[in-house]
Amino acid sequence: MAVAFDEMNIPGGDLRPAYQELARWLKETPPEALEYRRQEAELLFRRIGITFAVYGDSESTERLIPFDVIPRIMSGKEWALLEKGLKQRVRALNMFLRDIYHGRDILRAEVVPDDLIFQNPVFRPEMNGQHVPHDVYVHIAGIDIVRVDAEDFIVLEDNARTPSGVSYMLENREIMMRLFPDLFARHKVAPVERYPDELLSALRSVAPQSASGEPTVALLTPGVYNSAYYEHSFLADKLGIELVEGGDLIVKNNEVFMRTTEGLKRVDVIYRRVDDDFLDPLTFRPDSVLGVPGLMSAYAAGNITLANAVGTGIADDKAIYSYMPDIVKFYLGEEPILKNVPTWRCREPKDLAYVLDNLGELVVKEVHGSGGYGMLIGPAATKATIEAFRDKLKREPEGFIAQPTLALSTCPTCTASGLAPRHVDLRPFVLTGSKSTTIVPGGLTRVALKEGSLVVNSSQGGGTKDTWILDE
Amino acid sequence: MLSRTAENLYWLARYVERAEYLARTIDATLRVTALPAAYIGKTNEWDSALLTAGVAASFYQAYEEANEHNVVEYLSFSPNNPSSIRNCIEAARLNSRSVRTALTSEMWDTINSAWIELQAVWSKGTSTREDLAKFLRFVQETSLRFDGSAYRTMLRNDAYWFSRMGVHLERADNTARILDVKYHVLLPEEEHVGGPLDFYQWSSILRSVSALTAYHWVYRETLKPWLIADLLILNDTLPRSLASCYGNLVRNLDQIGVAYGRQGPAQRHARGIRNRLEHSNMNDIFQHGVHEFIQEFIADNSRLGEIITKQYLI
Repeated sequence: MAVAFDEMNIPGGDLRPAYQELARWLKETPPEALEYRRQEAELLFRRIGITFAVYGDSESTERLIPFDVIPRIMSGKEWALLEKGLKQRVRALNMFLRDIYHGRDILRAEVVPDDLIFQNPVFRPEMNGQHVPHDVYVHIAGIDIVRVDAEDFIVLEDNARTPSGVSYMLENREIMMRLFPDLFARHKVAPVERYPDELLSALRSVAPQSASGEPTVALLTPGVYNSAYYEHSFLADKLGIELVEGGDLIVKNNEVFMRTTEGLKRVDVIYRRVDDDFLDPLTFRPDSVLGVPGLMSAYAAGNITLANAVGTGIADDKAIYSYMPDIVKFYLGEEPILKNVPTWRCREPKDLAYVLDNLGELVVKEVHGSGGYGMLIGPAATKATIEAFRDKLKREPEGFIAQPTLALSTCPTCTASGLAPRHVDLRPFVLTGSKSTTIVPGGLTRVALKEGSLVVNSSQGGGTKDTWILDE
Repeated sequence: MLSRTAENLYWLARYVERAEYLARTIDATLRVTALPAAYIGKTNEWDSALLTAGVAASFYQAYEEANEHNVVEYLSFSPNNPSSIRNCIEAARLNSRSVRTALTSEMWDTINSAWIELQAVWSKGTSTREDLAKFLRFVQETSLRFDGSAYRTMLRNDAYWFSRMGVHLERADNTARILDVKYHVLLPEEEHVGGPLDFYQWSSILRSVSALTAYHWVYRETLKPWLIADLLILNDTLPRSLASCYGNLVRNLDQIGVAYGRQGPAQRHARGIRNRLEHSNMNDIFQHGVHEFIQEFIADNSRLGEIITKQYLI
């Protein structure tokens, strides 16, 4: 594995410009002062109740995601490039989805193989020919970005279903501003607080035609036991919209209403944080109690907008991921600005053979997995784990892809033995409305707190950092 | 607002109010039982604490004897008592979590901090009197903070009114229950009126609704049973009196009626109860029978709860 790109230090002893002020501040600040503020931050998180639940963890149902107080800093120039690349990528994702559920030009042109779509469980035949307002499918995208050198941004994963984490972006900033006003005074950090406003206007802009002048938007949550419940309530609050559960909604004459103290009230746009499978027991899983019976027929009738649309999973599938550079070129006729991680598709015999020969160096992921579960990190795995994976791969090669183990870039991070470099990634949030695509400068930086670890997922011991884009 | 949100706000307020009431009941009982036996007579004060909390039946399924240890345990910490203080706080937190968007951050912070403290400090209950006193103070302070932050930070809209209705309905129920259990010591025809025994019983009643000082300010008299009954039932300047609770309930329901542009059975029923309280005097009530009067009130009050639920919360 190559030496990781250090976002703060240039080999040889110099600092990258974006980090110079931070380095100076760190030198002036005694370690106890830093430790004190670190504890303050943790206390604040717990008091505000910014917690998440880990499934299958019976000991404590609510946990804090560790927060690292050292910000991750990027220059305005770097951000400008990243922003351009993200907009390009999300435009392509939306065009791809529109095409897959309508004309399917891309399949006829044989850029993406048919069976990857039609045999994919996240492909939704219900969406064939279904009109969605302004052809926006992915209103909210979370694109996971990693860096391996100073020049490139690499997309690790596209999240086009119900990406989470934006509340951490906002709360991390809130808490940093409270605890480190001195540090902010020495930097020009681009603000992130307009995200809720931009989200609300994006959601309103895609209201169905039958909606009244002031469309009603609601956020649909699976409820208090969902791992991201805090985020749902946080966003509903910031947007000033109702936080509804399935039981609060009812479909009548193909319109969706919420039950209020004043009777039924029509809903026009649902920002749903419930997966496709659970949305409507009449269409999808009949055992779902989280959804709303009849929601899909109201959707088909064009009386409700769901954000994100149903069936977007087909665009963030890991098997489709490997085709993204071609997808960008196909629809936009442009070279992709953001790179892809080179990916071996285990469904192709040649690739599979290579993967089986090099398991010890590769990261192998389940095509439909998420949250860092069910993956093999070759260099960190034991012999036995590797052999077990080899069997799985042989049995079901189409279920996996493999990628080289990336040396994710590092940022200085508080550890038990002082500041030390830890690997990070970045999830910026891309909003698409009827007219424009916008990105609040920043995103959620996740950090692998264990030395040498490359897994940044919160469910696997990762933490978060505030992400600063310098407004130069 | 969502019916579910209104329901959660209403119950959240009820749970907090109930927790405080239980804490006051325990506190008052501790004071009375600390007196020499000659002052309190033969009644088992811990038993009547259970009665006023409305949990005597379930208590005796789990315990043999109503003594300090058992009753404090059951009313404060027992996971098996659905309305123990611990369960009230747990339920309040769960309700808060599902309506966070309707709460101000101050209210959420109050409930969440209380819940954190309950787990961090009080998970094993209390072992000494000192501890118990601290715990009871913690519960009462939580309720005061919750009430205060609701008063100071909430918008005056339906969310606030539903929450206030929860407070007043629960409060009316609690005051009525104390009267129901203790009515016999307030009856003027009892032989030992004015004996030391009654004095401590009476002050204990007043203490459990935080009205001991208020009594002296209102009547400028020594404790007299009919005046105590008057204070708790008819005097609308005392926040925990039935009359005051109903004045507030009628006002809150009217505010909702105006905001929504229509009235319903809840408004009519509440006004009926309020009018009855307004047009009663203690003489009539004693003639009619305090016990019957209170029993009727408790039934009427819980009927109002059902009507509100039907009209707004489901």
